[in-house]
Amino acid sequence: MCALCGVLSTSHWAERDSGRRERVFRVRLLNRVLSHFGLELGDWSGRVYVLSDRKGKTVVVHDLGGLWTAAEALAGRPLDPLDPALVAALRGG
Amino acid sequence: MAERLPVVLVTGFLGSGKTTLLSRLLGRPELGETAVIVNELGEVAIDHHLLRRVDERTVLLGNGCVCCTLRGDLADELRDLLSRRTRGEIPPFRRVLVETTGLADPAPVLNTLLAEPVVMHHFEPGAVIATVDALNGNAQLDREEETLKQILAADRLVVTKADVAERGAVDRLEDRLRSLNPAADLLEVSFGEADPAVLLAPGGLDPRELRLPDAPGHADVHSFVLFLDRPVDWTAFGIWLTMLLASRGADLLRVKGLLDVGAPGPVVLNGVQHVVHPPEHLEAWPDDDHRSRIVFIGRGIGRDEVEESLAAFDAAARQ
Repeated sequence: MCALCGVLSTSHWAERDSGRRERVFRVRLLNRVLSHFGLELGDWSGRVYVLSDRKGKTVVVHDLGGLWTAAEALAGRPLDPLDPALVAALRGG
Repeated sequence: MAERLPVVLVTGFLGSGKTTLLSRLLGRPELGETAVIVNELGEVAIDHHLLRRVDERTVLLGNGCVCCTLRGDLADELRDLLSRRTRGEIPPFRRVLVETTGLADPAPVLNTLLAEPVVMHHFEPGAVIATVDALNGNAQLDREEETLKQILAADRLVVTKADVAERGAVDRLEDRLRSLNPAADLLEVSFGEADPAVLLAPGGLDPRELRLPDAPGHADVHSFVLFLDRPVDWTAFGIWLTMLLASRGADLLRVKGLLDVGAPGPVVLNGVQHVVHPPEHLEAWPDDDHRSRIVFIGRGIGRDEVEESLAAFDAAARQ
Protein backbone atom coordinates (compact mmCIF):
# COMPACT_ATOMS: atom_id res chain seq x y z
CA MET A 1 0.00 0.00 0.00
CA CYS A 2 1.21 3.46 -0.82
CA ALA A 3 1.83 5.58 2.28
CA LEU A 4 0.23 8.47 0.44
CA CYS A 5 -3.10 6.73 0.81
CA GLY A 6 -2.84 6.71 4.57
CA VAL A 7 -0.99 4.44 6.89
CA LEU A 8 -2.83 1.33 7.99
CA SER A 9 -4.29 1.41 11.48
CA THR A 10 -2.96 4.84 12.30
CA SER A 11 -3.65 8.42 11.36
CA HIS A 12 -2.34 10.12 8.27
CA TRP A 13 0.95 11.98 8.80
CA ALA A 14 -0.61 15.37 8.09
CA GLU A 15 -3.40 14.84 10.61
CA ARG A 16 -1.49 13.21 13.41
CA ASP A 17 -1.75 14.75 16.89
CA SER A 18 -4.39 17.22 15.78
CA GLY A 19 -7.37 18.03 17.94
CA ARG A 20 -10.97 18.92 17.18
CA ARG A 21 -10.23 22.60 16.71
CA GLU A 22 -7.50 21.95 14.17
CA ARG A 23 -9.76 19.53 12.32
CA VAL A 24 -12.46 22.19 11.99
CA PHE A 25 -9.83 24.63 10.73
CA ARG A 26 -8.54 22.03 8.27
CA VAL A 27 -12.01 21.41 6.84
CA ARG A 28 -12.54 25.16 6.41
CA LEU A 29 -9.23 25.51 4.61
CA LEU A 30 -9.85 22.44 2.47
CA ASN A 31 -13.15 23.94 1.39
CA ARG A 32 -11.33 27.04 0.17
CA VAL A 33 -9.35 24.76 -2.13
CA LEU A 34 -12.08 22.28 -3.05
CA SER A 35 -14.66 24.96 -3.90
CA HIS A 36 -12.40 25.99 -6.78
CA PHE A 37 -13.09 22.56 -8.27
CA GLY A 38 -16.83 22.57 -7.52
CA LEU A 39 -16.51 20.31 -4.49
CA GLU A 40 -17.48 20.62 -0.86
CA LEU A 41 -16.22 18.81 2.21
CA GLY A 42 -18.15 18.07 5.38
CA ASP A 43 -16.99 16.58 8.64
CA TRP A 44 -18.97 13.67 10.05
CA SER A 45 -18.63 13.55 13.83
CA GLY A 46 -14.95 14.38 13.59
CA ARG A 47 -14.32 10.85 12.32
CA VAL A 48 -14.66 10.85 8.53
CA TYR A 49 -14.98 13.43 5.81
CA VAL A 50 -17.90 13.60 3.41
CA LEU A 51 -17.00 14.93 -0.01
CA SER A 52 -19.72 16.01 -2.44
CA ASP A 53 -20.04 17.68 -5.81
CA ARG A 54 -22.70 20.14 -6.98
CA LYS A 55 -24.87 17.36 -8.37
CA GLY A 56 -25.14 15.89 -4.91
CA LYS A 57 -22.85 12.94 -5.50
CA THR A 58 -21.21 12.04 -2.20
CA VAL A 59 -18.13 10.07 -1.18
CA VAL A 60 -16.90 9.24 2.32
CA VAL A 61 -13.15 9.62 2.84
CA HIS A 62 -11.08 8.86 5.90
CA ASP A 63 -8.08 11.13 5.64
CA LEU A 64 -6.13 13.58 3.50
CA GLY A 65 -4.45 10.77 1.58
CA GLY A 66 -7.74 9.34 0.37
CA LEU A 67 -9.32 12.76 -0.09
CA TRP A 68 -7.36 13.84 -3.15
CA THR A 69 -7.93 10.60 -5.04
CA ALA A 70 -11.68 10.82 -4.36
CA ALA A 71 -11.75 14.51 -5.23
CA GLU A 72 -10.03 13.91 -8.54
CA ALA A 73 -12.53 11.17 -9.41
CA LEU A 74 -15.47 13.36 -8.44
CA ALA A 75 -14.18 16.48 -10.22
CA GLY A 76 -13.16 14.50 -13.29
CA ARG A 77 -9.79 16.26 -13.47
CA PRO A 78 -6.54 16.43 -11.51
CA LEU A 79 -6.46 18.80 -8.55
CA ASP A 80 -3.10 20.47 -8.93
CA PRO A 81 -2.01 22.87 -6.16
CA LEU A 82 0.35 24.55 -8.62
CA ASP A 83 -2.55 25.47 -10.93
CA PRO A 84 -2.18 29.27 -11.38
CA ALA A 85 -5.97 29.73 -11.35
CA LEU A 86 -6.22 28.02 -7.95
CA VAL A 87 -3.30 30.05 -6.62
CA ALA A 88 -5.00 33.26 -7.79
CA ALA A 89 -8.32 32.17 -6.23
CA LEU A 90 -6.64 31.52 -2.87
CA ARG A 91 -4.93 34.91 -3.08
CA GLY A 92 -8.24 36.54 -3.93
CA GLY A 93 -9.54 35.91 -0.46
CA MET B 1 5.27 2.06 23.21
CA ALA B 2 8.81 0.74 23.11
CA GLU B 3 11.37 2.78 21.26
CA ARG B 4 11.43 1.99 17.55
CA LEU B 5 14.65 0.54 16.21
CA PRO B 6 16.23 2.33 13.24
CA VAL B 7 16.58 0.39 10.02
CA VAL B 8 19.50 1.77 8.03
CA LEU B 9 19.46 1.10 4.30
CA VAL B 10 22.70 0.64 2.40
CA THR B 11 22.00 0.92 -1.27
CA GLY B 12 24.03 1.50 -4.42
CA PHE B 13 24.52 0.04 -7.84
CA LEU B 14 26.18 -3.33 -8.42
CA GLY B 15 29.89 -3.16 -7.65
CA SER B 16 29.72 0.30 -6.10
CA GLY B 17 31.19 -0.81 -2.79
CA LYS B 18 28.13 -1.52 -0.62
CA THR B 19 29.46 -4.78 0.71
CA THR B 20 32.92 -3.39 1.45
CA LEU B 21 31.36 -0.48 3.32
CA LEU B 22 29.04 -2.77 5.24
CA SER B 23 31.82 -5.23 6.10
CA ARG B 24 34.00 -2.45 7.50
CA LEU B 25 31.13 -0.88 9.36
CA LEU B 26 30.22 -4.16 11.02
CA GLY B 27 33.81 -4.51 12.16
CA ARG B 28 33.53 -1.38 14.27
CA PRO B 29 32.76 -1.82 17.96
CA GLU B 30 30.06 0.88 17.78
CA LEU B 31 28.11 -1.38 15.44
CA GLY B 32 28.18 -4.29 17.86
CA GLU B 33 24.47 -4.60 18.46
CA THR B 34 23.39 -4.60 14.85
CA ALA B 35 21.28 -7.13 13.02
CA VAL B 36 21.93 -7.37 9.31
CA ILE B 37 19.63 -8.31 6.49
CA VAL B 38 21.35 -9.01 3.23
CA ASN B 39 19.44 -9.34 0.04
CA GLU B 40 20.93 -11.01 -2.95
CA LEU B 41 19.91 -11.34 -6.50
CA GLY B 42 20.71 -14.66 -8.14
CA GLU B 43 21.66 -18.08 -6.92
CA VAL B 44 25.17 -17.57 -5.61
CA ALA B 45 25.43 -15.62 -2.39
CA ILE B 46 28.78 -14.03 -3.19
CA ASP B 47 28.11 -10.92 -1.19
CA HIS B 48 27.07 -12.97 1.81
CA HIS B 49 30.40 -14.77 1.89
CA LEU B 50 32.19 -11.45 1.96
CA LEU B 51 30.26 -10.44 5.05
CA ARG B 52 32.16 -12.63 7.41
CA ARG B 53 31.29 -10.82 10.58
CA VAL B 54 27.59 -11.25 10.16
CA ASP B 55 26.51 -14.37 11.96
CA GLU B 56 23.16 -15.81 12.92
CA ARG B 57 21.69 -12.34 13.04
CA THR B 58 22.09 -12.13 9.31
CA VAL B 59 18.95 -13.03 7.48
CA LEU B 60 19.48 -13.87 3.88
CA LEU B 61 16.47 -13.25 1.72
CA GLY B 62 15.99 -16.06 -0.73
CA ASN B 63 15.37 -14.61 -4.14
CA GLY B 64 14.56 -11.52 -6.11
CA CYS B 65 14.73 -7.86 -5.27
CA VAL B 66 13.90 -6.63 -1.79
CA CYS B 67 11.77 -3.78 -3.13
CA CYS B 68 9.64 -5.40 -5.73
CA THR B 69 9.04 -8.99 -4.84
CA LEU B 70 10.29 -9.38 -1.31
CA ARG B 71 8.83 -6.51 0.60
CA GLY B 72 6.69 -9.05 2.39
CA ASP B 73 9.80 -11.06 3.08
CA LEU B 74 11.55 -8.03 4.47
CA ALA B 75 8.62 -7.51 6.81
CA ASP B 76 8.67 -11.23 7.65
CA GLU B 77 12.40 -11.13 8.38
CA LEU B 78 12.05 -8.07 10.59
CA ARG B 79 9.21 -9.70 12.51
CA ASP B 80 11.25 -12.90 12.78
CA LEU B 81 14.23 -10.95 14.13
CA LEU B 82 11.96 -9.45 16.78
CA SER B 83 10.47 -12.75 17.88
CA ARG B 84 13.84 -14.51 17.95
CA ARG B 85 15.22 -11.69 20.05
CA THR B 86 12.26 -11.94 22.41
CA ARG B 87 12.79 -15.70 22.75
CA GLY B 88 16.47 -15.10 23.48
CA GLU B 89 17.61 -17.02 20.41
CA ILE B 90 19.69 -14.10 19.19
CA PRO B 91 21.46 -11.35 21.15
CA PRO B 92 19.72 -8.01 21.62
CA PHE B 93 20.20 -5.54 18.81
CA ARG B 94 19.69 -1.78 18.66
CA ARG B 95 19.52 -1.28 14.92
CA VAL B 96 19.12 -3.17 11.69
CA LEU B 97 21.20 -2.70 8.57
CA VAL B 98 19.62 -3.71 5.29
CA GLU B 99 21.81 -4.08 2.24
CA THR B 100 19.58 -3.79 -0.79
CA THR B 101 20.41 -5.18 -4.20
CA GLY B 102 21.99 -2.88 -6.73
CA LEU B 103 18.72 -2.91 -8.61
CA ALA B 104 16.58 -1.82 -5.68
CA ASP B 105 14.42 1.26 -5.48
CA PRO B 106 14.64 2.33 -1.80
CA ALA B 107 11.15 3.84 -1.74
CA PRO B 108 9.20 0.57 -1.42
CA VAL B 109 11.56 -0.52 1.36
CA LEU B 110 10.86 2.69 3.25
CA ASN B 111 7.18 2.16 2.58
CA THR B 112 7.36 -1.31 4.11
CA LEU B 113 8.95 0.19 7.24
CA LEU B 114 6.32 2.90 7.54
CA ALA B 115 3.16 1.10 6.50
CA GLU B 116 3.42 -2.58 7.44
CA PRO B 117 1.21 -2.86 10.52
CA VAL B 118 3.59 -4.80 12.78
CA VAL B 119 6.88 -3.50 11.44
CA MET B 120 5.90 0.16 11.78
CA HIS B 121 5.36 -0.27 15.52
CA HIS B 122 8.81 -1.68 16.17
CA PHE B 123 11.04 -0.15 13.52
CA GLU B 124 11.57 3.19 11.84
CA PRO B 125 13.59 4.22 8.82
CA GLY B 126 17.14 5.25 9.68
CA ALA B 127 19.59 6.87 7.32
CA VAL B 128 19.54 5.87 3.66
CA ILE B 129 23.14 5.46 2.52
CA ALA B 130 23.88 5.21 -1.19
CA THR B 131 27.30 4.22 -2.48
CA VAL B 132 28.42 5.71 -5.79
CA ASP B 133 31.46 4.39 -7.60
CA ALA B 134 33.80 7.26 -8.57
CA LEU B 135 34.96 5.35 -11.62
CA ASN B 136 31.59 4.30 -13.00
CA GLY B 137 29.06 6.49 -11.19
CA ASN B 138 28.62 9.00 -14.00
CA ALA B 139 27.98 6.32 -16.61
CA GLN B 140 25.61 4.44 -14.29
CA LEU B 141 23.68 7.62 -13.63
CA ASP B 142 23.21 8.15 -17.35
CA ARG B 143 22.19 4.57 -17.94
CA GLU B 144 20.44 3.22 -14.88
CA GLU B 145 17.18 4.56 -13.49
CA GLU B 146 17.82 2.61 -10.28
CA THR B 147 21.05 4.50 -9.62
CA LEU B 148 19.18 7.78 -9.95
CA LYS B 149 16.45 6.62 -7.54
CA GLN B 150 19.03 5.49 -5.01
CA ILE B 151 20.90 8.79 -5.18
CA LEU B 152 17.70 10.81 -4.80
CA ALA B 153 16.49 8.74 -1.84
CA ALA B 154 19.81 9.01 0.01
CA ASP B 155 20.48 10.95 3.17
CA ARG B 156 24.17 10.21 2.75
CA LEU B 157 26.03 9.78 -0.52
CA VAL B 158 29.24 7.79 -0.20
CA VAL B 159 31.64 8.18 -3.12
CA THR B 160 33.80 5.07 -3.25
CA LYS B 161 37.05 4.37 -5.14
CA ALA B 162 37.85 8.09 -5.28
CA ASP B 163 41.48 7.19 -4.54
CA VAL B 164 41.84 5.35 -7.84
CA ALA B 165 39.90 7.79 -10.02
CA GLU B 166 41.17 10.96 -11.66
CA ARG B 167 40.58 13.92 -9.31
CA GLY B 168 38.84 16.11 -11.89
CA ALA B 169 36.39 13.32 -12.70
CA VAL B 170 35.64 12.79 -9.01
CA ASP B 171 34.97 16.51 -8.56
CA ARG B 172 32.62 16.55 -11.55
CA LEU B 173 30.74 13.53 -10.22
CA GLU B 174 30.43 15.09 -6.77
CA ASP B 175 29.13 18.36 -8.22
CA ARG B 176 26.59 16.35 -10.17
CA LEU B 177 25.53 14.44 -7.05
CA ARG B 178 25.16 17.68 -5.05
CA SER B 179 23.15 19.15 -7.85
CA LEU B 180 20.85 16.13 -7.97
CA ASN B 181 20.38 15.72 -4.24
CA PRO B 182 21.38 18.74 -2.17
CA ALA B 183 19.56 17.20 0.80
CA ALA B 184 22.21 14.50 1.17
CA ASP B 185 25.58 14.77 2.89
CA LEU B 186 28.40 13.71 0.64
CA LEU B 187 31.55 11.93 1.74
CA GLU B 188 34.42 10.10 0.09
CA VAL B 189 35.32 6.72 1.47
CA SER B 190 38.23 4.49 0.56
CA PHE B 191 38.21 0.76 1.31
CA GLY B 192 34.98 1.14 3.27
CA GLU B 193 36.69 3.15 6.04
CA ALA B 194 34.05 5.56 7.36
CA ASP B 195 33.09 6.93 10.76
CA PRO B 196 29.86 5.15 11.76
CA ALA B 197 28.69 8.19 13.72
CA VAL B 198 28.89 10.31 10.58
CA LEU B 199 27.45 7.65 8.32
CA LEU B 200 24.47 6.69 10.43
CA ALA B 201 23.47 10.11 11.80
CA PRO B 202 20.23 11.68 10.66
CA GLY B 203 20.85 14.61 8.30
CA GLY B 204 20.51 18.07 9.84
CA LEU B 205 20.08 20.05 6.63
CA ASP B 206 22.61 22.64 7.60
CA PRO B 207 21.93 25.63 5.32
CA ARG B 208 25.64 26.08 4.78
CA GLU B 209 25.64 22.70 3.09
CA LEU B 210 22.64 23.48 0.95
CA ARG B 211 24.47 24.91 -2.01
CA LEU B 212 23.64 23.99 -5.53
CA PRO B 213 26.66 23.84 -7.82
CA ASP B 214 26.15 24.90 -11.38
CA ALA B 215 26.46 21.37 -12.68
CA PRO B 216 24.19 19.34 -14.91
CA GLY B 217 22.37 16.78 -12.80
CA HIS B 218 20.28 14.51 -14.93
CA ALA B 219 18.49 14.98 -18.21
CA ASP B 220 15.12 15.95 -16.77
CA VAL B 221 15.60 15.94 -13.00
CA HIS B 222 16.42 19.10 -11.14
CA SER B 223 16.46 20.26 -7.57
CA PHE B 224 15.98 23.50 -5.71
CA VAL B 225 15.91 24.72 -2.15
CA LEU B 226 13.25 26.99 -0.69
CA PHE B 227 14.18 29.14 2.27
CA LEU B 228 11.20 30.72 4.04
CA ASP B 229 11.67 33.67 6.35
CA ARG B 230 8.30 33.38 8.12
CA PRO B 231 6.76 30.46 10.00
CA VAL B 232 4.48 28.21 7.94
CA ASP B 233 0.98 27.20 9.00
CA TRP B 234 1.30 23.45 9.57
CA THR B 235 -2.32 22.63 8.65
CA ALA B 236 -2.03 24.52 5.37
CA PHE B 237 1.31 22.89 4.66
CA GLY B 238 -0.13 19.40 5.22
CA ILE B 239 -3.01 20.12 2.85
CA TRP B 240 -0.65 21.58 0.27
CA LEU B 241 1.92 18.77 0.35
CA THR B 242 -0.62 15.92 0.30
CA MET B 243 -2.33 17.59 -2.65
CA LEU B 244 1.01 18.07 -4.42
CA LEU B 245 1.98 14.44 -3.83
CA ALA B 246 -1.40 13.25 -5.08
CA SER B 247 -1.26 15.24 -8.29
CA ARG B 248 2.50 15.39 -9.00
CA GLY B 249 3.76 12.45 -6.97
CA ALA B 250 5.20 10.68 -9.99
CA ASP B 251 7.35 13.72 -10.72
CA LEU B 252 8.14 14.81 -7.19
CA LEU B 253 10.99 12.48 -6.36
CA ARG B 254 12.15 13.86 -3.03
CA VAL B 255 11.11 16.43 -0.45
CA LYS B 256 13.30 16.96 2.58
CA GLY B 257 13.45 19.84 4.94
CA LEU B 258 13.18 21.57 8.27
CA LEU B 259 10.01 23.57 8.71
CA ASP B 260 9.43 26.51 11.04
CA VAL B 261 5.83 26.09 12.21
CA GLY B 262 6.08 28.73 14.91
CA ALA B 263 7.22 26.29 17.62
CA PRO B 264 10.57 26.44 19.45
CA GLY B 265 11.97 23.69 17.21
CA PRO B 266 11.35 22.76 13.58
CA VAL B 267 9.38 19.93 12.03
CA VAL B 268 11.54 17.46 10.14
CA LEU B 269 10.07 16.65 6.78
CA ASN B 270 11.23 13.71 4.69
CA GLY B 271 9.49 12.19 1.69
CA VAL B 272 10.81 9.81 -0.93
CA GLN B 273 8.44 9.67 -3.88
CA HIS B 274 5.02 9.00 -2.30
CA VAL B 275 6.45 7.73 0.95
CA VAL B 276 6.39 10.36 3.67
CA HIS B 277 8.03 9.77 7.03
CA PRO B 278 5.83 10.79 9.95
CA PRO B 279 6.96 14.39 10.54
CA GLU B 280 9.03 14.74 13.68
CA HIS B 281 8.85 17.82 15.88
CA LEU B 282 12.29 18.72 17.19
CA GLU B 283 12.64 20.56 20.49
CA ALA B 284 15.29 22.91 19.11
CA TRP B 285 16.90 23.94 15.84
CA PRO B 286 20.18 22.23 14.96
CA ASP B 287 21.87 25.56 14.17
CA ASP B 288 21.42 29.32 14.48
CA ASP B 289 19.55 29.65 11.21
CA HIS B 290 15.86 29.22 12.04
CA ARG B 291 14.47 29.67 8.55
CA SER B 292 12.45 26.88 6.99
CA ARG B 293 14.49 25.11 4.34
CA ILE B 294 12.98 22.59 1.98
CA VAL B 295 14.75 20.70 -0.75
CA PHE B 296 12.61 19.64 -3.71
CA ILE B 297 13.83 17.21 -6.34
CA GLY B 298 11.60 16.52 -9.28
CA ARG B 299 10.80 16.48 -12.94
CA GLY B 300 9.12 19.45 -14.56
CA ILE B 301 8.29 21.18 -11.28
CA GLY B 302 9.53 24.76 -11.10
CA ARG B 303 10.77 26.63 -8.09
CA ASP B 304 8.66 29.74 -8.67
CA GLU B 305 5.37 27.87 -9.05
CA VAL B 306 6.07 25.83 -5.92
CA GLU B 307 6.99 28.92 -3.91
CA GLU B 308 3.94 30.88 -5.09
CA SER B 309 1.56 28.00 -4.50
CA LEU B 310 2.84 27.27 -1.00
CA ALA B 311 2.67 30.98 -0.14
CA ALA B 312 -0.95 31.16 -1.38
CA PHE B 313 -2.02 28.15 0.72
CA ASP B 314 -0.27 29.64 3.74
CA ALA B 315 -1.89 33.03 3.16
CA ALA B 316 -5.32 31.39 2.88
CA ALA B 317 -4.81 29.90 6.34
CA ARG B 318 -4.21 33.36 7.77
CA GLN B 319 -7.23 35.08 6.21
